[in-house]
Amino acid sequence: MIVRRAATHAAWHVGTVTATSMETPTARRVVLDVPTWPGNDAGQHLDVRLTAPDGYQATRSYSLASSGPATSVELVVAEVPDGEVSPFLVHDLRVGDAVELHGPLGAFFVWRPPADVEAAGMPPVQLVAGGSGVVPLLAMVRSHVGAGDATPFRLLYSVRTPADVFFPDELAAAAEKGAMQLDLVYTRETPTGWPDPPGRLTLTGVEARVVAVADEPRVFVCGPTAFVEAVAKWLVDLGHRPASIRTERFGGT
Amino acid sequence: MSFVTRGFTGRSRDRDPRLPPGQTLVEDWPVLSAGPTPGVRTSDWTFTIATEDGTVHRWTWDEFLALGLQDIEVDIHCVTHWSKLAMPWRGVSLDRLFAEVETTQDFVMAHSYGGYTTNVPLDELLDGQAWVAVEAEGEPLRPEHGGPARLLVPHLYFWKSAKWVRGLVMMPDDEPGFWEQSGYHLHGDPWREERYW
Repeated sequence: MIVRRAATHAAWHVGTVTATSMETPTARRVVLDVPTWPGNDAGQHLDVRLTAPDGYQATRSYSLASSGPATSVELVVAEVPDGEVSPFLVHDLRVGDAVELHGPLGAFFVWRPPADVEAAGMPPVQLVAGGSGVVPLLAMVRSHVGAGDATPFRLLYSVRTPADVFFPDELAAAAEKGAMQLDLVYTRETPTGWPDPPGRLTLTGVEARVVAVADEPRVFVCGPTAFVEAVAKWLVDLGHRPASIRTERFGGT
Repeated sequence: MSFVTRGFTGRSRDRDPRLPPGQTLVEDWPVLSAGPTPGVRTSDWTFTIATEDGTVHRWTWDEFLALGLQDIEVDIHCVTHWSKLAMPWRGVSLDRLFAEVETTQDFVMAHSYGGYTTNVPLDELLDGQAWVAVEAEGEPLRPEHGGPARLLVPHLYFWKSAKWVRGLVMMPDDEPGFWEQSGYHLHGDPWREERYW
């Protein structure tokens, strides 16, 4: 395995909320201004630390939907119903509030645009998202679209219902302009007129919706553990090299 | 603590004293790994310890189990802020595995099926501090949790407890492993919050 040293050291920062919006009925987009932020690669995450008046603290990790040198960072927080931190971030956090952030974190599950955006022959990138696992992959799509590089991109996005899709317009626009291929799979409920009935991904379903083994894609898979376990195993069974597959999982806290 | 998050009260003040700073108790067992889960069959499995003079000590699955499984109950702490307390495990003590190993080197690189590596000082693996574990919570270790066998070094953050471990290589110096090269702390003591450098 080839490992690169982290480009920037993680450090503590204070971020101020500048915008929020409900991205889906259960997930909230939060934008923070972080004057000391050193920038981050697409795919990285940060820790959010909340402190109560008596000093009690709770810390959780969230993937960044944003990347690049900007000092504004964007998160999408999915509410875990019994959670301690995510319900606060989804319901109570307001514009102007300050929170402590530690990051950027993670130097393996990242994608950087090639230095020469015109370069041909870059290995294609296959992204596979389960639910809110799309957030770090969205950062990669944004980075790719922003750089305008020639790397072939494809996103397979498994989601419960049309209402649960994060950033549907942005993803559709990226697909529309040919910056990537988008394959949506609905597990519970489909849009009207959708060709396939709702259902979970299968080995053959994945095979039909990912870059072919022969094209040697770099693969990034993010989602709940069971989803990542299943998809990564199918990809290996289909012939993708284990070393070409990078995974990120999340549990609910 | 001068910083206070407006409106945040948190859920519970009954913090278990066994929880290191910045950790949250979980009842389930989250999975974290950087790539696909390697399928390792015990019929193909071997465990090795390689030392500086070229000696390689090698155990097959049956030879390894014959060293004797120990029942242990330990707390585990993941750098991603979750901890599990009083978790039952079964494994072979590293003291058993190192019984016949002669080395003057002080550091160990653990290597896993799938290519993962992590570094640990030898004196933190001995004297009842570490095991190669094959069962957790009364069941054979599931593949996504590192089965058939993983390193168990519970006094360090859990990335040090290499899943799918296949061997240890002695080193003269403390070289960084996989996550340690990617910004994680060289040592990883949860009580000192040695998360990142």
